[in-house]
Amino acid sequence: MPSFIQNLLSNRTARGYLTQLIVLLGVAWLGWMMFDNVATNLRQQNIASGLSFLEEEAGFGISQTLVEYSEQSSYGQALWVGLLNTLLCALLGIFFASILGFSIGVARLSPNWLVAKLAATYVDLLRNVPLLLQIFFWYFAVLRSLPGPEASFELADSFFMNTRGIFVPSLVMEGYGGLVAGCMVLGAVFGWLVAHALEKRHAVRPIWLGKTMLAPGVGLVFGLFATLIFVGVPAVDYPHLDGFNFVGGLGIIPEFTALTLALSLYTAAFIAEIVRAGIQSVDRGQVEASQALGLSSRQELKLVVIPQALRVIIPPLTSQYLNLTKNSSLAVAIGYPDLVSVFSGTVLNQTGQAVEVIAITMAVYLILSLSTSFLMNIYNARMQLVTR
Amino acid sequence: MRYRHLSLIIGLILGIMATLIVIPMFEPQDQFPMGATTGTLPSAGVPLPKPTASNYAVATNQKSTLQVVLEKGYVQCGVSQGLPGFSNPDDRGDWRGIDVDVCRAVAAAVLGDARRVKFTALSAKERFTALQSGEIDILSRNTTWTLTRDTSLGLDFIGVTYYDGQGFLVRKESGIKSVYELKGAAVCTNTGTTTELNVADFFRTNNIPYQIVAFEKSDEVIAAYDAGRCDAYTTDASGLYAERLKLTNIDEHIVLPELISKEPLGPVVRQGDDQWADIARWSLNALIGAEELGLTQKNVRSFLKSENPEVRRFLGVESSFGESLGLQNDWALNIVSQVGNYGESFERNLGKETRLGIERGLNAQWNEGGLMYAPPVR
Repeated sequence: MPSFIQNLLSNRTARGYLTQLIVLLGVAWLGWMMFDNVATNLRQQNIASGLSFLEEEAGFGISQTLVEYSEQSSYGQALWVGLLNTLLCALLGIFFASILGFSIGVARLSPNWLVAKLAATYVDLLRNVPLLLQIFFWYFAVLRSLPGPEASFELADSFFMNTRGIFVPSLVMEGYGGLVAGCMVLGAVFGWLVAHALEKRHAVRPIWLGKTMLAPGVGLVFGLFATLIFVGVPAVDYPHLDGFNFVGGLGIIPEFTALTLALSLYTAAFIAEIVRAGIQSVDRGQVEASQALGLSSRQELKLVVIPQALRVIIPPLTSQYLNLTKNSSLAVAIGYPDLVSVFSGTVLNQTGQAVEVIAITMAVYLILSLSTSFLMNIYNARMQLVTR
Repeated sequence: MRYRHLSLIIGLILGIMATLIVIPMFEPQDQFPMGATTGTLPSAGVPLPKPTASNYAVATNQKSTLQVVLEKGYVQCGVSQGLPGFSNPDDRGDWRGIDVDVCRAVAAAVLGDARRVKFTALSAKERFTALQSGEIDILSRNTTWTLTRDTSLGLDFIGVTYYDGQGFLVRKESGIKSVYELKGAAVCTNTGTTTELNVADFFRTNNIPYQIVAFEKSDEVIAAYDAGRCDAYTTDASGLYAERLKLTNIDEHIVLPELISKEPLGPVVRQGDDQWADIARWSLNALIGAEELGLTQKNVRSFLKSENPEVRRFLGVESSFGESLGLQNDWALNIVSQVGNYGESFERNLGKETRLGIERGLNAQWNEGGLMYAPPVR
């Protein structure tokens, strides 16, 4: 037997696996110790534990809910509401930050002195002020400059803006909202596929047959038809003042506006720098070569510079997206009901089960971040230099 | 191979999730019946044995809180982040307030010196975790006594320092005269408080639409209300009087007459250390009892020669009640001579002479129409 063990230890591969196994066992043991320690301590201090609290009635209200929620809903549903609020803010933030960041990044390289300096000032200003201060600034700056609900700014008697938020008319979908939204997504995918096929076949196409126009266009058309089929011509729900607040229509609370605005503007400053660095990393010879080939400046940017710049841009861009998502947890400071505010704030306090609540919150953020990097990694892999 | 580590990471996440699912299996059942207080209570009729100090001692070999406090020489007291009248640092940085006085009373009783208290300022969210984890010895932070907090949090409320109720602050110009007129109102409040739940209950039962906007810190709540985000600001009535002082123009706001809840505010200790709970409870009782007996910070020493047996027992001249608590017999004397009685503390911190100007109301002695009632020392 000793000779067998000796053989095993002298085998490089086997030794490698053995060390890894030992480390793995060590980590597992450490994890178990931590878990056992917590469980024992909670038990000894008579603190309730377990996840059964998720089914108990929450009993508190939330100011912005994207799904059905009332005070009688459970803590589990409150978690879901908070998560969706976080997602909404993060997704819109990422969208606006990307558009703004790309524009400012390109503007920084503009030959026009004023445009370049304005962009540089923006980046320096926004990047060097703490985000929390910016959130407070937008929240209180926006709030203090708006009138109360009785004296709202209004447009055509149907759009209102006041300290309670922005109120716009909405379409009454009679419960078919989800179905129509599904049709729109389906249409967008269909439009994208058509554009993709056209791209393969025709190198030169009119602009409206590109992916950027065709996908949302077909999506809208699909949505329109779905609405006509399921709902008919939908009624319009106009917001109106009732008691102290507006009812009807679609209301956007100021906390949401302030948070999304602050997150987008702040992250855009970082994205602008990433984009500038990416564009500058493209060799000058590439630009000269494309000019020599007689490409227009639009084609030069789209076909030569940007594809190469994206290789440099995407990895740091991913971490900016992750930062934005995580920074959205600062929402608690201005009372936006995000995951941290609702779940690891109110729910934690009502139930007192800190360990479980914090663990769930951490797991949710971890999953969000890992999914974002997973998607961005796929995109990155597609953009990388293909070597044969 | 690019995503080789991904499987490991996903595995880790699944591991965490699995752990969370496994936790309920370890929920205390037989040997620690008091622990299973959420959802899994045995059916009625099954007697629950009350945990005693000895069964706690079997469960852990930790030192009792009294031992810990005696060794380190001070009481670590959890207070608010600044609520005038209850716990607020003065211009010299010394903590003042009725909640602070409870901690000082405990220090006077245990260590013979009311100054030997260290304060930890806690947000509403942090307060219970700080106590559970042993960071503080007692939590005296305008905290409402509720069943959940008394049971499933592993904590024990030891009495009531201040009988409060939840009220509403509104702008005068809104013309609101009653809570019932707040239809569709946006209401600003703190997260992690009973107020959030009371508001929900109240508006739901009365079928009044409302919108809650909850902030983490009191300063932001009041700032948002001041900026016009909300029609009403709600918290415990005593808190309204205190927070009102932070508004730009105090005269433009009024407190509505109705109180929508019962908010008995009291000190909290960890469950399971019965001796420490008794010490804290009787320190509070001594404050209240001293007022009833007519003992004040100034005159208490002259009562040492009193013939009144009640006073003699209270001040430790007769019998040895201090020892039963694990303290010196002059524990109550120390409390009254160094902190004063409950009435003195109330007038000093909340009463008519202060900026808050709160009436005794429910917080008067039981024989003067209030609810303050200390059990007898005997």
